[in-house]
Amino acid sequence: MTIARLLWSMAVGTACTVGVAAQGVPVVPTIIRPATATKPAGAGGFLQRWLILEPIAVQGQLTDSAVRTTVSREYFSGQLSVLPKNGDTVSVDGKPLQWHAVDTTNYNVNLFHFAAGLKKPTSNVLFWIVSLVRAPQDMPDVRLAIGSNAASVWWFNGEQVISLFNDRQAVIDDGVSKRVLLKKGVNVIRAAIINAGGATDFCARFLDSSARPITGLTIDLAAATDAK
Amino acid sequence: MSVIRLKRTYLLLAAALLLIVRVWALDGDVGLHDPSTIVRDGSRFYAYATGGGLPMSVSDDGWTWRRSGGVMQSLPGGRPGADVIARGGNNTWAPDVMKVGDKYFLYYSAPGTQPKSAIGLLVGRTLDPASPDYGWTDAGPVVWSDGVEDSNAIDPGIFRDPRNGSLWLTYGSYFGYIRLVELDPKTGKRLYPQRTPVNVAINSEASIIISRDGWYYLLVTHGSCCAGAASSYSIRMGRARTVTGPYLDRSGVDMLQGGGSLFVGSSGRVVGPGHFGLLDLGEGVQKFSCHFEADLDRGGISVLDIRPLLWHDGWPVAGENVAPGTYRIESVRTGTALELSVEGSPVGGRRGRGGGPRGAGAGGRGGEAGAGRAEAPAPAPIPAQEAAQVSANWPAGAVDARLSPYLLQAQQKWSVTSVANAGGYAGSPYFRISVAGTERSLAATANGELTVLPAFTGSPDQLWRIDQLADGTYRLTPKAVPGGNVTMALSAIGGSSPTLERVDANTDRQRWLLRTP
Repeated sequence: MTIARLLWSMAVGTACTVGVAAQGVPVVPTIIRPATATKPAGAGGFLQRWLILEPIAVQGQLTDSAVRTTVSREYFSGQLSVLPKNGDTVSVDGKPLQWHAVDTTNYNVNLFHFAAGLKKPTSNVLFWIVSLVRAPQDMPDVRLAIGSNAASVWWFNGEQVISLFNDRQAVIDDGVSKRVLLKKGVNVIRAAIINAGGATDFCARFLDSSARPITGLTIDLAAATDAK
Repeated sequence: MSVIRLKRTYLLLAAALLLIVRVWALDGDVGLHDPSTIVRDGSRFYAYATGGGLPMSVSDDGWTWRRSGGVMQSLPGGRPGADVIARGGNNTWAPDVMKVGDKYFLYYSAPGTQPKSAIGLLVGRTLDPASPDYGWTDAGPVVWSDGVEDSNAIDPGIFRDPRNGSLWLTYGSYFGYIRLVELDPKTGKRLYPQRTPVNVAINSEASIIISRDGWYYLLVTHGSCCAGAASSYSIRMGRARTVTGPYLDRSGVDMLQGGGSLFVGSSGRVVGPGHFGLLDLGEGVQKFSCHFEADLDRGGISVLDIRPLLWHDGWPVAGENVAPGTYRIESVRTGTALELSVEGSPVGGRRGRGGGPRGAGAGGRGGEAGAGRAEAPAPAPIPAQEAAQVSANWPAGAVDARLSPYLLQAQQKWSVTSVANAGGYAGSPYFRISVAGTERSLAATANGELTVLPAFTGSPDQLWRIDQLADGTYRLTPKAVPGGNVTMALSAIGGSSPTLERVDANTDRQRWLLRTP
């Protein structure tokens, strides 16, 4: 991240904080409160509804080993299994952090907008994110395909499937899992995204066995019971 | 084609051709002269050549060849029919063969005292001598030259026009013209025997036509043969919008006036290419066959070879088979390079922008300016990173492969080595692909993914076929995917994520550059 880009990003973040809602849900150009019970995958198959935990302060080192070390620490109980609801809180190092259900108006989720909108730090932070995706039938040999700024580790239905290291931009289909089964019903995507400084965002979708985006999916954050 | 795309394609081709240090001229018994187009029948490859009885060469994989008797063995008397001998002579030279419908048409030269010669036709149903259907029937002479006219009826080349299914024969040698006649696809004989053949080139032999994208290309051989390393044979070309010509070379010179742009000449350790043949393997892979008059690695004998056929700016380009060496393997789609999935170490250690240790600032932005800087010694070169320097912390056992920006690091350099006695494919042996300086070898897994195994065992999942495609990029396919029965190719399905996918000629995901690391 260049200094110029960092300053630009900070300026954007400052502008975004203007619209913070009273309830603590960021109201910024790309991050909005969900207005429907479920949300179909968007154009190009992008998953545009997520539960995001307020950022956790971390070292912000992005090498392979540093990211593995950062992500392997347990910050809150059940961090690899919990299916949170909007408004749930967890305690990290004695401080309460809240889960927020958000929609993005873009293909990607701008974590800088999210955190800056909450007046939370955006640099040297770790974001935990979760989404629950309902598939109409079993879909074998599909792949989770993500992009992240910066490093990230992803789990699909409990299995770690993608790791991206080093400072990087969120490029569509940068990290792509090996073939997985998108089972009929609810599937859980979970990720830890680490940002060192500047802009931070991610995008995610599924690709079919011919590497085409899958669009017939529904995000249902209230499906936690089904998923358990 | 846009200028930008044109430049890109040219750069790819140039980069690919610059890599080549050694031509691999097949394996086994490859000594022959004036080969036919190579034809596949079932799983085997067949080539026919000049010589008594029309010798036949067979290969199970396109790489290792063996002699397998001669065509004339199945004819009465083991020689051309009486009509052919009467029109030409008793020699059997330079055949060409094509499957048309359910029959094979094999045309051969039967010269007497040149330029008195004939081209005879044999008809068969299979190329496999072990088949109960094997056998050739003499269908007599197709064209001939009387020894006076401006023609020497040898060196047949057959072309099936994909536009309309019409069948054509070019023939001729340096006495007079290269001539074109249309054939009857049902019989293989002339469709209009009363018509005068069309002259399409001069000062040539070993002619044959191919087509692509609305153009017809006439490939011929110029120069002299049969003098070992002194042979000046080279393959030349021109193109036309209609099959009957006029065929103009890249400079616009009509091949009837001696034109012909160079397609391939002598290089490396082989001299005098001639007798072009198209070998279209499908899925976007085209190769060409030829013979070289002299292979210096085989005592200067004439040998068969198979090489990639590329296309650039509407013209065929002779590619080169992959030479063993150390490469970076870069995805055309993503621009990222294949690497062992380990934490990389910056070449020369972690340094700041000025080249020194982080924070030193010497010579870089923010460094000290003025007289003191001028007296500083010139920065020392940083040596290339070798695996032995950085591999101590690499995990033992199998490690994933991934894609990353190329940073000249050891885990990103791949040694591509031909594997002896492991067979091959048309024109090339199989390769082992290992992290340079290590035994860690790229392999296919049972679920169609990639891994890097700690050692090379020679198993089919570790043997790689590397085909150069029409645009000069490469496709890499493992010989076998454990438990799988479809051909899969290395694919950049994500910017950081390689996998294996069913071969698809139309996706950039499966196109790779092999570049100097």
